[in-house]
Amino acid sequence: MQDLTMTNIELVPGRDIVRHLGLVQGSTVRSKHLGRDIMAGFKNLVGGELKGYTELLSDARDEATRRMAEEARSLGANAIVNIRYSTSSITAGASELYVYGTAVVVE
Amino acid sequence: MAGLITFLVLLLVGLIFGRINESRHFAILKRDEEMLSDIMTVNLKRVPDDLQQGAVLVGGNVVVAVDYFKKIVAGLKQLIGGRLKTYETLVERARREAIVRMKKDAREIGANAIYNVRIEFSSIGSQPRQAFGGVELFAYGTAVKF
Repeated sequence: MQDLTMTNIELVPGRDIVRHLGLVQGSTVRSKHLGRDIMAGFKNLVGGELKGYTELLSDARDEATRRMAEEARSLGANAIVNIRYSTSSITAGASELYVYGTAVVVE
Repeated sequence: MAGLITFLVLLLVGLIFGRINESRHFAILKRDEEMLSDIMTVNLKRVPDDLQQGAVLVGGNVVVAVDYFKKIVAGLKQLIGGRLKTYETLVERARREAIVRMKKDAREIGANAIYNVRIEFSSIGSQPRQAFGGVELFAYGTAVKF
């Protein structure tokens, strides 16, 4: 990912945007599995962090980001600006991680 | 009768362990926040001219489960409305933890400031019947170096 700069501000500090290439996006839908769910059931009794879920969602977010980066690269961009993440739960057991931003060429 | 006993035991377990977990978590949070207090986090979009190096997207997330006691108390409280203090602390500690993790991410790449911090919330249901199992907080921003 070294060749692609990603920021969630409207520009890349210290560099000039020379061309806009439009919106790029990545998404993934993930569901939890039984083993994690049993642990979660126990944790729902005593409270505390659900490490399995934290990991699951963070991996899923990385995957979505990777897909977005691939799309940007295929357009010939070297940076993505104004990135936004969003999460939505589709059913009780699954959620969608979505990330989008503007692909640009910077100099 | 057996049902009532189970309920009371679960409630007690939730109360005791939930309390212990929470106070421990708050203690760790306080320590981590002090350790990372040199990293400036703002939700401004404009990056000053002297902060011009290496903009990198950083983020941190955490899922925190609600305990049985909190859930029951909140359920009762919802009958009369008002402040759900048990959930307030739950969301607070999740949010602070997410920010701490984002800052740790920034520390790893040697950044001194995080700009345009956004915090994303989503609620995680555990089973179809129970609408509320836990909360996920995700914080992200653009890390820059002086």
